[in-house]
Amino acid sequence: MFKSNWKWPIVAIVIFTAAAGTGCKKKGPEPFPASNAISGWEKTSETRTYAAKDLYQYIDGDAEQYISAGVVSTSTSDYKYQGQLEATVDVHTMANAEGARKILETGTKDAKPVQLGDEGFAYTQSIIFRKGTSLVRIVAYESMPGTPQALLELAHGVEAKL
Amino acid sequence: MKSRRDFLKTAATGAVLLGTQSKLGLAGMLDQHAGTAKSKVVVARDAALHGSGAGTGTQPDVKRVFDLLDRAITAYTGNTDALKAWRSLVPQDKVIGLKVNGLGGGGISTHGVLAKAVAVRLQQAGVKPGNILMWDRGARDLRACGLTINTDPSSFRCFGNDVSGYEDQYESWGTVRMRLSKILTRECGMVINLPILKDHTMAGVTFAMKNMYGVIDRPQDLHGNNCNPAIADLNCFPTIRAKVRLTIGDAFSSVYEGGPAFHPEHIWYPNALIVGEDCVAVDQIAWQIIARKRAEAGVPTLEEAGRPPHYIATAANQAHRLGTNDPAHIHLMEV
Repeated sequence: MFKSNWKWPIVAIVIFTAAAGTGCKKKGPEPFPASNAISGWEKTSETRTYAAKDLYQYIDGDAEQYISAGVVSTSTSDYKYQGQLEATVDVHTMANAEGARKILETGTKDAKPVQLGDEGFAYTQSIIFRKGTSLVRIVAYESMPGTPQALLELAHGVEAKL
Repeated sequence: MKSRRDFLKTAATGAVLLGTQSKLGLAGMLDQHAGTAKSKVVVARDAALHGSGAGTGTQPDVKRVFDLLDRAITAYTGNTDALKAWRSLVPQDKVIGLKVNGLGGGGISTHGVLAKAVAVRLQQAGVKPGNILMWDRGARDLRACGLTINTDPSSFRCFGNDVSGYEDQYESWGTVRMRLSKILTRECGMVINLPILKDHTMAGVTFAMKNMYGVIDRPQDLHGNNCNPAIADLNCFPTIRAKVRLTIGDAFSSVYEGGPAFHPEHIWYPNALIVGEDCVAVDQIAWQIIARKRAEAGVPTLEEAGRPPHYIATAANQAHRLGTNDPAHIHLMEV
């Protein structure tokens, strides 16, 4: 029945190699802090991840600038602070650090530099920073007393997991 | 079972009838002014729409939203009775789709309170609740607007293209070849467009015509060359042209820079509704509003930023004839 037995080891090697190159890669650590890992912050949604080709589903026309900067994937999750302040954390994984730098350089006029990752900036309701190939953007949907400090603490929590 | 050909025939006939009915019933779109027909656009404002918390991300006051909507619709139709005004705008026996835009997430999407206010007024004007369908690309977008998914026809329905799916067959116009949402093709007899006013990194401005990117299967393919002529071409699809008859544009809040994503550092509160049937004229007025805010904030003009919304002029040209972008032919009414 199996006259060409010599073929099977080759087939096995091909399958193993293909698997190692695609879906069997070791998954990186989850960059999103769990609920209450950062004081007062609750993770309120599952993490959703978009490959570059699907990024438009999440951010439509905004996807173009990330794609041209070499985004590989984008993961996002929602948070709530002290049961009130809602925020979203986006972690863009770029092909290289230059891509993260390129995005960060656009649109940080009037922002305050903050000590986060390789470079970071803060507004009253949002924070953006890069660390290696990661670009992180955290946005709060309201402005409340203490919002900037709460966002900074969450950002440090994400930074520590990158 | 209806064949695809029968379905298209029925849909096309319905569209023609609807178009005729709308033209007969509506005094709004073309306003006789100084002897020249002009496209009418109403901008209705309420500086206190967000109450005392304006500018801090608070939600608009529900009662004020209803009042503002009534003011806009009565001004637009010239009928002082809001419900009579609505009856002159929509057929009572068809499914009315309310196409919102939830792309910007919780921070900058069509306000659910506006969609619900329109739905309530439609019901009061005689449309069955189950014939009112709030709709966008998917559940995430609808939730971002503050809406709840509901497919039960005993009350207002609310679901996305992710539930209905898209037609198998492609439609084409100009450079665009796409499959349309079955919500547009099969469910709705008329669509009221409820976009949210935003700056857009590719198109320059996203409002009435750009919101139609949410009724097709592959919007990501239509962003080249600042979405020009794709936006104009898409709006020329016969089904879109026939069914999307009225824009009630949400300018309660807006982002003047960094859109279409939510950038809280660039949010502002025009506290306005922009109403019109001429989608080109509506977008022209919307562009002017964004341009004024950008000048006030000291950011470059859209031309300087390399993304002027040329698609608006394209939509007005002889090949497209979707409306007018000529200020001399727009009757802007601010109330």
